[in-house]
Amino acid sequence: MPRRASRYGLRIVALGYLLVVLIAPLTMVFWRAFDKGADHLWHSLSDPNTVHAFKLTLIIAAIAVPLNTIFGIVCGLAIVRQRFPGAGIVNAIVDLPLAISPVVVGLSLFLLFGRTGWFGPWFQQHGIQMLFALPSMVIATIFVSLPFVAREVVPTLREIGDEQEQAARTLGAGEWTTFWRITLPAIRWAVIYGVVLTTARCLGEYGAVAVVSGHIEGQTETATLRVQDAYENFDLPGAYGISLVLAVLSVLVLVAMTLLKPKESSR
Amino acid sequence: MRRSSRRPSEGAPAALSLGFTTAYLSAIVVLPIAALVWASRADGVGSFWEVASSPEAVAALKLSLGAALVVSAVNAVLGTITAWVLVRDEFRGKQVVNALIDLPFALPTIVAGLTLLALYGPSSPVGIDIAFTRTAIVAALLFVTLPFVVRTVQPVLLELDRETEEAARSLGAGELRVFRSIILPNILPGILSGVALAFARAVGEIGALVLISGNLPFKTEVASVFVFNHIQSGDQAGASAVAVVMLLISFGILLAIGGVRFLATRHERA
Repeated sequence: MPRRASRYGLRIVALGYLLVVLIAPLTMVFWRAFDKGADHLWHSLSDPNTVHAFKLTLIIAAIAVPLNTIFGIVCGLAIVRQRFPGAGIVNAIVDLPLAISPVVVGLSLFLLFGRTGWFGPWFQQHGIQMLFALPSMVIATIFVSLPFVAREVVPTLREIGDEQEQAARTLGAGEWTTFWRITLPAIRWAVIYGVVLTTARCLGEYGAVAVVSGHIEGQTETATLRVQDAYENFDLPGAYGISLVLAVLSVLVLVAMTLLKPKESSR
Repeated sequence: MRRSSRRPSEGAPAALSLGFTTAYLSAIVVLPIAALVWASRADGVGSFWEVASSPEAVAALKLSLGAALVVSAVNAVLGTITAWVLVRDEFRGKQVVNALIDLPFALPTIVAGLTLLALYGPSSPVGIDIAFTRTAIVAALLFVTLPFVVRTVQPVLLELDRETEEAARSLGAGELRVFRSIILPNILPGILSGVALAFARAVGEIGALVLISGNLPFKTEVASVFVFNHIQSGDQAGASAVAVVMLLISFGILLAIGGVRFLATRHERA
């Protein structure tokens, strides 16, 4: 039975590949983190600098995610519902952060806000610290996580069409009412899915933030930077402890994605 | 007050949303990239090429592109097989495996690098030590790029009409023939755009690589790490030159993806 044999062959190849590249590494985080016991893990996680790093990561995400969510919805509406010259260019620019290296993003901001950059001197005169401080780290994170909500909203808006919106307007609803009562409820699952992806990207960003943060322990160190710092200072339990928390968060993200997907496809 | 409500592109909200979109994109994306391009040409085009073609920069770019090529090829084959198995095969736990495919999108890349180092590094529990080698770079890139091809091929396979395949089989076509003449032409655009996205990601990746690659110039220093190291050491000219080359590669890949989409939807538009 050649068909059957090839089916099992392919299954073994695919699952073997996933095991080596994906599943084994994931289990490794959990195993290594609990290597020395839960007490040890708790001790390394309650280090003040580590706590600060997690707080900073959450603050950055709390600013970047809402901004990119609003942008994603507005941008999706602009691309799909308005025919304006240059819509193709806007669409392409939204895709850019998916293709550009985070390090290139970081360097760009570094040059923009540096001493000799276009905006560096202005901010310096006004006493606003951009580089090696929260503002540039937030902008870097917004850049890399920008496309996710827009990417989810655009196809959904195309699919639902604008008949209901037009009906609402004919019945006398204003733009704002139409948006809140018709458009937003219709695209809510796409928005939520996009928010989940954006959050995951914000929590996990490393490259862009690493360039602009300056790695100041207890000040500009996010959770991901702290992992590297701990590892390079031979604090392996610390590195694995933070990694464990981040890995648990990403598994939660996966669960959220899986729960949201069926609703996505049956909308 | 009544507005001419049939045309949403007129009126204040429309102008506002367009204005906001343009302003946000300009401030966050366009302006920083413009600053990079501007800075790289500050000392003249000649000096840009001189820096970009320094032996260390060329070695780093070559390594990044080479590793990305290897990773793209592996993804094209194994990603397609994985998508196939997830669509056409039935086995217990398939839903869990399907959900796990997205893990590299959800897991911070620095964590991916750390855990790969724990698994395939000096203290490996399976006795494989590839730390600080080019093999390690490819392994880390395989992890972060895994979902792209699977997720672009999967939906196409799901929607593929199986009757054509059955017809071909009943006419005596072998499995390989069916795949080559019927399935592959349909999923090829998906494979290509998935591969292009994986390639872009592989060229630009840093988080998964900093811990496991060792970052030795000329040996295991990829382009992104080169840029990072040269920013740290204050060599902005060197960092900018390589960064602009990486930027050009990104633009090229986006153009290629656009081209693939254009060709793939050709018959739908005609």
